[in-house]
Amino acid sequence: MVIQQRLRRTLLYVPGNMPGMLQNIPVFNADGVMIDLEDAVPLSEKDAARTLARNFLVAFPDRSKEIFVRINGLDTKYALDDLRQVLPGRPDGIRLPKADDPEVVERLDTLLTEYEERLGLEIGYFSILPSIESAVGVLNCVKTAQASRRIVALAFGAEDYTASLEIQRTRSGEELLGARMQIVWAAKAAGLQAIDSVFADANDTDGLRADTELVKRLGFTGKSLVNPRQIEVVHDVFRPKQEEIDHALEVMEAIKKAREMGTGVISLRGKMVDAPVVKRAARTIRTAVAFGLIDYELSNEVIYGQE
Amino acid sequence: MARNSLGREVPETWQGKRYDPYQDPFTRMPTMDRATRPLVRRNPGESKILPSLRAAIEKSGLQDGMTIATHHHLRNGDLLLNLIVKELDAMGFRNICIASSSVHPVHAEIIPSIRKGVVTRCETGVNGLIGELATKGELDFPIVVRSHGGRARMLVTDEVPVDVAFIAAPCCDETGNLNGVSGPSACGSLGYAFTDARYARKVVAVTDNLVPYPASPVSISQSDVDYVVVIDSLGDPKKIVSTTTRVTRDPAGLLIAHYAAEVIEASGLLKDGFSFQTGAGGTSLAVADAIKRKMLEQKVRGSFGCGGITGYFVDMLEEGYFRTLFDVQCFDLRAVESIGKNLTHREISADLYANPFNRGSVVNMLDAVILGATEVDVNFNVNVNTESNGYLVHNTGGHSDTAAGAKLAVVVAPSIRGRLPIVRDEVTTITTPGETIDVVVTERGIAVSDKHEGLRKELLRRRLPLKDIRQLQAEINALTGKPRPLEFEDKVIALIEYRDGSIIDVVRQVKE
Repeated sequence: MVIQQRLRRTLLYVPGNMPGMLQNIPVFNADGVMIDLEDAVPLSEKDAARTLARNFLVAFPDRSKEIFVRINGLDTKYALDDLRQVLPGRPDGIRLPKADDPEVVERLDTLLTEYEERLGLEIGYFSILPSIESAVGVLNCVKTAQASRRIVALAFGAEDYTASLEIQRTRSGEELLGARMQIVWAAKAAGLQAIDSVFADANDTDGLRADTELVKRLGFTGKSLVNPRQIEVVHDVFRPKQEEIDHALEVMEAIKKAREMGTGVISLRGKMVDAPVVKRAARTIRTAVAFGLIDYELSNEVIYGQE
Repeated sequence: MARNSLGREVPETWQGKRYDPYQDPFTRMPTMDRATRPLVRRNPGESKILPSLRAAIEKSGLQDGMTIATHHHLRNGDLLLNLIVKELDAMGFRNICIASSSVHPVHAEIIPSIRKGVVTRCETGVNGLIGELATKGELDFPIVVRSHGGRARMLVTDEVPVDVAFIAAPCCDETGNLNGVSGPSACGSLGYAFTDARYARKVVAVTDNLVPYPASPVSISQSDVDYVVVIDSLGDPKKIVSTTTRVTRDPAGLLIAHYAAEVIEASGLLKDGFSFQTGAGGTSLAVADAIKRKMLEQKVRGSFGCGGITGYFVDMLEEGYFRTLFDVQCFDLRAVESIGKNLTHREISADLYANPFNRGSVVNMLDAVILGATEVDVNFNVNVNTESNGYLVHNTGGHSDTAAGAKLAVVVAPSIRGRLPIVRDEVTTITTPGETIDVVVTERGIAVSDKHEGLRKELLRRRLPLKDIRQLQAEINALTGKPRPLEFEDKVIALIEYRDGSIIDVVRQVKE
């Protein structure tokens, strides 16, 4: 069981070849960033981007946020150089593009283990964020989600996915529904988070909000972003409403009383409070704390009961 | 030389005049009466219309060594000051002092006349090349930099008597009733010129739009104007007001704006009756935008917005966020249109706006002001006059006035500008004393003055990146390195006057 997952509402892409933008990584309050060595970086700048990304990682050891590096696909000649250069900078994880099947994740897992041994890090230090971005990737993602213990979430890459289907991506996104559901199911079944695709038009705030509200309803826990201006909108959508927080706090009080009475079930205004309700309430509270809306210390003993 | 309370070496006598060193923001107050001017009688049938600027200069009685003034509402589109100085040059004048409300880059055209000795002193701050050349030692032109309120004070106290004020009048009648709301050079508020019209020995209205009597509305009235001159054009409308002022799209600027708005909310000032001033820059407007959203969410109805007014503030007025705008200067066309038709959009004088020596100015009623900076230091002193190269290239505007008046003065600035850190051990030039600055907001953190313990706690509770200003400085320096200090000659090329008339700092010639 995943007891506590990091908040990953917003994962911001930062092009690895742009020092001015790398320098601003600590500034923006995305939950995580993904330094991009892949699509945002032209072939002529792949080597420069690696060096810049590594120097950035070394220069900022005290991190306020999770840092992934999106390497080039393992089927390209760049991927191994990417890993060799950036892993000594100790990113938190690797976003793996074109994670079409479990085997490609397993290959990355093996490579990461080798680096952890070489760098004297504990095994499992580097996490993996597989990106599902093709028809075959969607079909395989249930197995892909279970291919490695390093996986923290499944990410969806809608731009590449629609390209693989030879269709246009629309603002309303009906064409993505099937893939999105499959990815959410695969992720949740494996106890993982699900990170939705980017919304490419940074100026279309209303479109971003609608898209984020949709994927939140579907079960996604966060979104990849192309521009820091998108952070606030996405956080706002994922921000718990005051009545949700109030309810969650009531649930916590109720279950605390229940645990004191030695039971795991209690009624709150005629509605049953049991394990799934408590877990959902704990999630709401954790998110509310992350937003600075409340101060609350969650106790696992209260949430899950004593063993 | 004397050392003022901020540790700056300032002259007690400069260019033949005595000055007090700066002590503190709120106590200096000379004992004196307000200035007067000669009584004049005008009988029916006497015309004020004169055929040319030259005729007006002759008739005004201007002599060598005297002082003239213009206003800067036409900003970088202003043609009038250049025309006047050219005429003075042609007429053989020498040793004239300029006490305009500001000087802009477009006025670099008068540099040859400065070199020739036609114009030799400047009782106003300058924007652009003139200041740069003076700082480099390439132009002998002593400058006294003043805030908007400080300049109004200077006229009201007669510290710098203005002999002839030439008032660019976008709409004017034959008797000198005038306003800024219509005509090809419409600029909206004429707030800076009001004080000149009251206190200058002679007042010449210069217009490119003579309308039948009476011109209406009356901003400056016929009872204050001696002569009226019609010329072809007062200015280039494209440079007078910008067509649009826009909220920034830069993510770092937006983050700064977000923090600034959070600081204002955390201060507890954002409630019914809230009053606010911000500039026309993209980040300042982004703060206004964020504040507007908070006001909407919390159903807060503000009292007034003031200062330089943009279309953004006009929208806030029309949508009911503020009851009134106090407008000393219009920044864009929306503001110009609004001031001509909306009675709650009030044109106010620089005296009413910010003069510390009257019976109470509008800045004293401000809750929060958003201010810019070229540098700040670890004591919260702010520089807006000189840049990192030491050149004097910006005027003060209302910076030190609003900082002193507002309950919460928030400086917003990017942490790094042109590879240089914004937070310094000591600013190159002190425009506004740290005693009047409450918060410094950068994209890398928020520094709060020691006097606001409650605000610090509230920012921490909201999980905002509160940092000690030295910690913020260290973080920025870790990226940029520490800049080598500038080197200066001994020669003082400009005084930075605080709004109360004391000298807060000087600008010295840079060593090149």
